[in-house]
Amino acid sequence: MSIVKDREAAGAALSRRSLSRRSFLAASLAGGAVLTFDARIALAQATGAAGEPVVLTAFIRINADNSVTIGAKNPEIGQGVKTMLPMLIAEELDVAWNQVRIEQTDADDKRYGLQVAGGSTATPNNWLPMRQAGAAARAMLVAAAAKQWGVAPASLSTEAGKVIDKAGGRSVPYAALAREAAGMPVPDLATVPLKPAGAFHIIGQPMQGVDTPRIVKGTPLFGIDTHLPGMLHAALVKCPAFGGTIARIDDAAVRGIAGVVAVVPVNSGLVPPGQQDAVAIVADSWWKASKAREKLVVAWDDAAQKEFSTAGYAKQAGEALGAAPQTDLFKAGDADKALAGAAKTVSADYSYPFLAHATLEPQNCTALWTTDGKLELWAPTQNPGSGRKEVAAMLGIAPEAMTIHMTRIGGGFGRRLMSDYMVLAAQVAKGVPGRPVKLLWDRTDDLRHDYYRPAGWHRFTAGLDAKGALIAFKDHFITFGADGKPIRAAEMSSTEFPAPVVPDAHLGATYLKTNLPTGWLRAPTSNAMAFVYQGFLDEVAEAAGVDLPELMRRTLGEPRELPTERKGLVFHTGRARSVIDAVCKAAGWTGRTGPAKGAGDAVKGRGFGFYFSHRGYFAEVVDVTVSGGTAVKVDKIWMAGDIGSQIINPLNAEHQSQGAAIDGIAQALVWQPVVQEAGAITADNFGDFPLLRIDAVPRDVAITWVKSDFPPTGLGEPALPPVIPAIANAIRAATGKRLRSLPLQLT
Amino acid sequence: MAISLTVNRKKRVVDADADKPLLWVLREDLNLPGTKFGCGAGLCGACTVLLDGNAVRSCQTPIADAAGKQITTIEDVASLPVGKKVVDAWVDLDVPQCGYCQAGQIMSATALLTQTPRPSAEDIEGGMSGNICRCATYLRIQKAIRKAAGVAA
Repeated sequence: MSIVKDREAAGAALSRRSLSRRSFLAASLAGGAVLTFDARIALAQATGAAGEPVVLTAFIRINADNSVTIGAKNPEIGQGVKTMLPMLIAEELDVAWNQVRIEQTDADDKRYGLQVAGGSTATPNNWLPMRQAGAAARAMLVAAAAKQWGVAPASLSTEAGKVIDKAGGRSVPYAALAREAAGMPVPDLATVPLKPAGAFHIIGQPMQGVDTPRIVKGTPLFGIDTHLPGMLHAALVKCPAFGGTIARIDDAAVRGIAGVVAVVPVNSGLVPPGQQDAVAIVADSWWKASKAREKLVVAWDDAAQKEFSTAGYAKQAGEALGAAPQTDLFKAGDADKALAGAAKTVSADYSYPFLAHATLEPQNCTALWTTDGKLELWAPTQNPGSGRKEVAAMLGIAPEAMTIHMTRIGGGFGRRLMSDYMVLAAQVAKGVPGRPVKLLWDRTDDLRHDYYRPAGWHRFTAGLDAKGALIAFKDHFITFGADGKPIRAAEMSSTEFPAPVVPDAHLGATYLKTNLPTGWLRAPTSNAMAFVYQGFLDEVAEAAGVDLPELMRRTLGEPRELPTERKGLVFHTGRARSVIDAVCKAAGWTGRTGPAKGAGDAVKGRGFGFYFSHRGYFAEVVDVTVSGGTAVKVDKIWMAGDIGSQIINPLNAEHQSQGAAIDGIAQALVWQPVVQEAGAITADNFGDFPLLRIDAVPRDVAITWVKSDFPPTGLGEPALPPVIPAIANAIRAATGKRLRSLPLQLT
Repeated sequence: MAISLTVNRKKRVVDADADKPLLWVLREDLNLPGTKFGCGAGLCGACTVLLDGNAVRSCQTPIADAAGKQITTIEDVASLPVGKKVVDAWVDLDVPQCGYCQAGQIMSATALLTQTPRPSAEDIEGGMSGNICRCATYLRIQKAIRKAAGVAA
């Protein structure tokens, strides 16, 4: 149980550090009769050296009608965080949920702490601090009531936004105490009492998404909906080949079009900076700007990029697989020697393609460059802190000279952790000072200018002893990199299971060169590694004469913690085993089965997959039907997940898990590889990058939560990875065919 | 050119090129941003509106083709009895995740239930297959349509 201890100790340490600096409360009158107060409570901020900023946050405003406005600090991409984080505050503030109004905060990490939608981190990072913020405010309200009544704070209780003096038979609403409370000392966050789980009345309840009533009315919420007086619109012409720059522009025909205001050369600021030029056409309508692109003539300097292609990577990978790895990622014992002495060996090659994110809301950002050199952005960003830095660097302005408003986001999936659209919009705005301008990409821009999930290739070899135990393991991973290191999202963990528990194991890597920018796609690296590792281990299990759950149990061994590559993160074999057992029970798993007959020529099969990612443990069973020899339909998914002691919002937890599982079906069966020719991506629209539609959805995704004593962790991602190998393994069971490349295609 | 339309029960006149898609007229000229841009090619359904009661992809509908017709968008769909039931079911089941596609989903569901008041699961798959949800809220979309139709799940 050391995770619990570590986490709580870390939280306490952070709180103590923060409170060593001055924390304060400020009372203010705002909005006429509405009494407001900010509980500005120092939260997670290491304040080592003198002069470093102290993180002060303001999440709570108590209104005159005793409603409470709670600031939601993290970007909302559909993961439910705009509802979930305020639930944590409201619980400990001890108000009724129907008293709560939720507002998206602006981007300001000095005030609010880390604001990011990525890595399923919102829950583990905020589970304590948000509750402490609520509890501290509650303690100050209690202190104010105690002072007013001349009683001890300990004699008072709270409920539904009121402080109650049971002995005195009286109560007072928070609104009547807010001003007084704002003058009370801030309690020590490390020791402010938090509710026991048994007293929760908001945490653990199914709560509707805060924006649902607005979404169904078409209320403008998203980045693309930003509308400002006098606003202009911009469309982009980007260099098709990544890394290309502008050689020559002829914009005479464009400038003659009525409504066109400016033509602005811009740059994506890719890494390395200065790569990837584009030209923005600014007009009084996006439709006009977009149409005007046909008349723009740009010559690109992209000769150096032409060598990069999908076919080229495949050829290089094929050659590399047969050679020795460039780098060792992990080495234990002597894998080659152990394989030579093994009773049985299994070998297989696996691969997966480049993928786009295809958020349904195309990339966009609205920017206003004021005449005094300040910048205001309205951005659908998952990563405003990083966006601020990149924009400041590209424009040569101070990060503080920028205001970033965070809009609701029409899908993130990791695409909007990158800030290229913000950097571009800011440059366009600088080209039309004093006028707000909304930059919007079309779908082709979006598919052709992504930060792609990198392709990868693996050559596996495993050795079994006479009893069928896994004694040797090798993986030669071909991925993308430069200077002997993987590029973004192209890495593999050196502790990828089962390597650390196999006596003789070797993980090696070879890096290919690409000009494509790569990035994190929901459950990054895990979405690929789950497929290849659990797919190959199903083959190993077959060779060992057992099913994959049984091979996993044997290989996991006794419940214990295994170190991972990431400092402070451990892999608990007991938690893994418990979800494996739970899903087998829920699905009625009876071991490896052959094909079952379906209607007509259809055959049915069942497969299993397990994966640990983003601190979550998920095991999943999938039933598939294969019709006509090639058409695969997922009939049902069972999943068991362990994300700790508490499901904060069970309604949203179901949404996230079901959505992730179906997203996994898309990667396994629907999405086609993103293809590159002569340096450029060829995908044009959803015709050649098809997304999953309603007819591919299983009739049910059944979830079993395995509660454990560990602090709650995130759910945006970890339910996704196991689905992919489970489908591959189910196809094997149904057809006898082993598919080792994504997307899974029977021919 | 000046084009007369009836949008959400109100007469509107817009001055736009005849080939400007209805989607961009709604979003840019009529300040109705609820209808969403997803692909610009009629492939994702995010821009779905009702044109004389039929679901159409507004990104593929030149404004000249909508002249003189009745247009209903997400902003007013609840004024239709079927639309109200759909919207209520969407809220009850908390269908949206990111929410970006949901205007189009609701418009397609309203058209489906208007034509097929008691749809089977296959009818729903058929009627909704033009609308992509990248968050994969499809299980709840199925349920919400059945709920709006008063058909047992």
